[in-house]
Amino acid sequence: MIKVDGLHKYFDDLHVLRGIDLEVQKGEVLSVIGASGSGKSTLLYCVNGIEQIQEGSVYVDDVDVHAKTTDLNKLRQRLGMVFQQWNSFPHLTAMENVALAPQIVRGLTKEEAKDVAIKQLEHVGLGDKFDVFPNALSGGQQQRLAIARALAMDPQYMLFDEATSALDPELVGEVLDTMRVLAEEGMTMICVTHEMGFARDVSDRVAYFHEGIVEEIGPPDQIFAEPESEHTKKFLAKVR
Amino acid sequence: MFEYNFHWRPVFKSLPDLLEAALTTLQVASLAMTAGILLGFILAVSRMRETGLIYWFATTWVELARNTPALFQLFFFGFGLGALGFHLSPYLIVLAGLTFNTAGYLAENFRGGFEAIPSTQLRAARSLGMNPWQAYTRILIPQVMRIVYYPMTNQFVWVVLMSSLGMLVGYRELTGETQFFASKTYRIFEYFAVTAVIYYVMVKVILVLSKFCASRFFRY
Repeated sequence: MIKVDGLHKYFDDLHVLRGIDLEVQKGEVLSVIGASGSGKSTLLYCVNGIEQIQEGSVYVDDVDVHAKTTDLNKLRQRLGMVFQQWNSFPHLTAMENVALAPQIVRGLTKEEAKDVAIKQLEHVGLGDKFDVFPNALSGGQQQRLAIARALAMDPQYMLFDEATSALDPELVGEVLDTMRVLAEEGMTMICVTHEMGFARDVSDRVAYFHEGIVEEIGPPDQIFAEPESEHTKKFLAKVR
Repeated sequence: MFEYNFHWRPVFKSLPDLLEAALTTLQVASLAMTAGILLGFILAVSRMRETGLIYWFATTWVELARNTPALFQLFFFGFGLGALGFHLSPYLIVLAGLTFNTAGYLAENFRGGFEAIPSTQLRAARSLGMNPWQAYTRILIPQVMRIVYYPMTNQFVWVVLMSSLGMLVGYRELTGETQFFASKTYRIFEYFAVTAVIYYVMVKVILVLSKFCASRFFRY
């Protein structure tokens, strides 16, 4: 379970998160929607400890992410992260991109790491791209490579930070399909997204962020069909 | 009256000595380059956090190395330190001067290399659970090396050519040796013409080797 309590985050004077309370249960898919600058991505960075927080707490399976004694490198193995800029490692083949961290972080042998990489690359539909370098892959393929790379760490949770926002429109579908498969397999996911169709169809709950607070949260039917907050209504009217 | 008769015989007679001096040149240049890469890298890393004594020391080094004549830097290690009572051998003067100069230039190459890599690469590596050491050695530095490789090759060529300044502090590398024979025989043009060819060939070999190594090192 991921549990966020009274979370405040500042970038210098900018108050980005203004008291977030949130729980994500095992197996749940939470989509986070909202305008740019509402703090959606920052929340993800606070959950895996890339960004520090100023107030409140984040717990992942009872581990206090921001406690000084927490081994973040170990914690992050449980939290797969996929970025908007897919960040494939250009000097490594698809296979090496996926196999490197299992080998040097999880401590698998070369053969074990390779097996994991093969499995995950096939999982995301890149079974024919093992020895290809990222610059020969399309954006959608690179993003799926990034998903495979995160999955290879055998995470309990997956955090998606606008995974499709930087893609050409015709490539969005293949990445969303991959995310859909993960959700169906029971992966616990927090998806910051601008894809309203995905949020509606795939999530168990949808959170609407407005200026650093959770303005409204609930099942997709409720958020999309009967939003209570004026802000949510206005936002949804704009993105439709 | 203005006719000049070329005399190549003395040059060819001392060709073995010149070639040996060429090896000396290559040796001191290689050593200066190796030390320059290491120190340049340390300087670049030292300048990443833009505050503190180390930052200022590294910055001063880079500024002096890049913005004063290389000859003056050699003179500093020769006459400058000499005036303070530290007497280095000609070999050490050349080695120290070239290293100082090269480290300064390479530090800027490395800095540019690191800046060319999106900061999100580090984030991605860390998000996979890599510690900073793993993220730098496995993800960032291999990419930096690719970016700085050809500038580094150029720098090495520059070091080989710059080592000719050694002549002015009494070091018998290729140019020093040439000068020695030239003034002994007065066949100045002939000697320096042949030496120019030797430099040219050395540089060409370096460039070809560098290209070959690149094709082995870099797969993408």
